[in-house]
Amino acid sequence: MSAEIIGNYATAIFLLIGSGFALVGVIGLLKFNDPMTRLHAPTKVGTVGIGMLLLASIVHSVVLGETSIHETLIMAFLFVTAPISANFIAKVNIHKRNCETPPTPPRDDTWSTLNSPDEEPLDPT
Amino acid sequence: MTRAVHWLLPHPLLTILLALVWVLLQNKITAGMAVFGLILGIIIPRATAIWWPDRPKGIRMGKMIAYSVIVMWDIVVANIQVAWIVLTVPNAKLKPAWIVVPLELIQPEAITVLAGTITLTPGTVSADLSDEGHSLLVHVLHTDDPEAVRDEIKIRYERRLKEIFP
Repeated sequence: MSAEIIGNYATAIFLLIGSGFALVGVIGLLKFNDPMTRLHAPTKVGTVGIGMLLLASIVHSVVLGETSIHETLIMAFLFVTAPISANFIAKVNIHKRNCETPPTPPRDDTWSTLNSPDEEPLDPT
Repeated sequence: MTRAVHWLLPHPLLTILLALVWVLLQNKITAGMAVFGLILGIIIPRATAIWWPDRPKGIRMGKMIAYSVIVMWDIVVANIQVAWIVLTVPNAKLKPAWIVVPLELIQPEAITVLAGTITLTPGTVSADLSDEGHSLLVHVLHTDDPEAVRDEIKIRYERRLKEIFP
């Protein structure tokens, strides 16, 4: 087996793993029925799913002889931005009260999302 | 001399990072692009210096790299666990939970890294910070023992971050 064949097989395997995780993420998005649990599905696609597809892209470019590594940049930017969008969606869920009410924090008064004048207190007792 | 270097390079790590990103964007390593990246890496930190007056100093880079490797590994392991939960656990048996992580970290940068780590690890999403920044609200997809998850976050990530950001 030459290096090219091994490289092609590796590309195919990485693509399959990546798309498999993306598929599981989509199944999770459709299956769960609560906004907060549904939020967990995209975090999976955003990490290993995309990571494996980008790894496949790198391996393929090496096999073709035109090594390209700027896929690592895509990964880095995704890792920086993905938690922020997830955090924003979580904050919207807390605001609109379409999830279970979070417990009160032990040391401070309330959560910063709920800390606005027109918001009802978390626990009236 | 030191003052001149400090004036020119207020943030040496950012300079290196910007040069590296520039070279990666070009997607091929040539001397001209590396020099241009370095020039950008010197101009941008100087131009933006007024926006980060209280940046943390003395970050331990070696420990930061070790931390990144641990997080990468955890992401892969947790992905497989969560994929298994998605495929096998029916909705009725799912036990999502809010957990409250009391924070010992003080620096905003360290808390940001911790919150990002928690979100990137599948199965947990950091949702909110308490109004004075003393605890972090985390949502867990499926757990039998919320306190164990909280302790794992504290032992595995927060303790290491406390060493990274002195």
